[in-house]
Amino acid sequence: MAEREDFAEQAMEFAPQLYSSALRMTRNQADAEDLVQDTYLRAYRSFHTFREGTNLRAWLFRIMTNAYINAYRARQRRPTETDLADVEELYLYRRLPTLQQAAGGLSAEDAFLDLFTDDEVKTALEDLPENFRLPVLLADVDGFAYKEIAEILDIPVGTVMSRLHRGRKAMQAALYDYAEARGLTRATDPAEQASQDQ
Amino acid sequence: MSADCNETLKELDRFLDEEISDEARQHIHGHLEGCGDCLQAYEFHAELRAAIARKCLSDEMPDGLMDRLQQCLSDPAGAMDGTGSTMDGSADPTTA
Repeated sequence: MAEREDFAEQAMEFAPQLYSSALRMTRNQADAEDLVQDTYLRAYRSFHTFREGTNLRAWLFRIMTNAYINAYRARQRRPTETDLADVEELYLYRRLPTLQQAAGGLSAEDAFLDLFTDDEVKTALEDLPENFRLPVLLADVDGFAYKEIAEILDIPVGTVMSRLHRGRKAMQAALYDYAEARGLTRATDPAEQASQDQ
Repeated sequence: MSADCNETLKELDRFLDEEISDEARQHIHGHLEGCGDCLQAYEFHAELRAAIARKCLSDEMPDGLMDRLQQCLSDPAGAMDGTGSTMDGSADPTTA
């Protein structure tokens, strides 16, 4: 049995990560702050039910996800279970040559990815329908395994996998749209390219 | 593109997730060593994954939130008053 006195010492290190994830869930700062605070209160009061030696971070995320689903989501007035349009496999990667050319021939993938602003990537994730957003958030941002995500969200592992697959593709399509909106996908004018090369 | 390429690209996400069998992992690993096209696809998706995590975890905690959390834990009863808290008092917080 875990002692309450140990709670702050063990749990506080996860606060920044919980706050970032709370922002991706609630999409506004005031609700994210409330959600994190609620999470710590709930966790503190129930710390005696936490089995020591199990994953405290996963336990905190499960509490936060449930708090979000039960309380905050009701305020959001957005559909929670939405389907996604089919997006082809390797969506962004297949368009990489066009993007790189328009971006001035950046070859390194990491430099290319830095073309996307933090806000664009956050929005691409936050705009996913919730049934896809939570699995992608928990896997790609918070680094949980399929089995842990299945436990946090109380859905089967197979559902986690299919939602991750489709949510990731939809997020890539959104990122491509941002690049397009910023003119990064315009076919490069050969004359302009030549003058840049001089 | 070979059957191995198709298989590698199909399993790329699970390979990156480290959610495949050792046998499949070794098979893909071996393929990537000899196939520049698939290696490039792998590197792009690994970078994409890292960039998403980095950018989505870049938020600074607001001033005072950490203090409020510490305050909650030293005086949970007081912290629950007047915060508009949605605490429902259920015994097991991990269930609905």
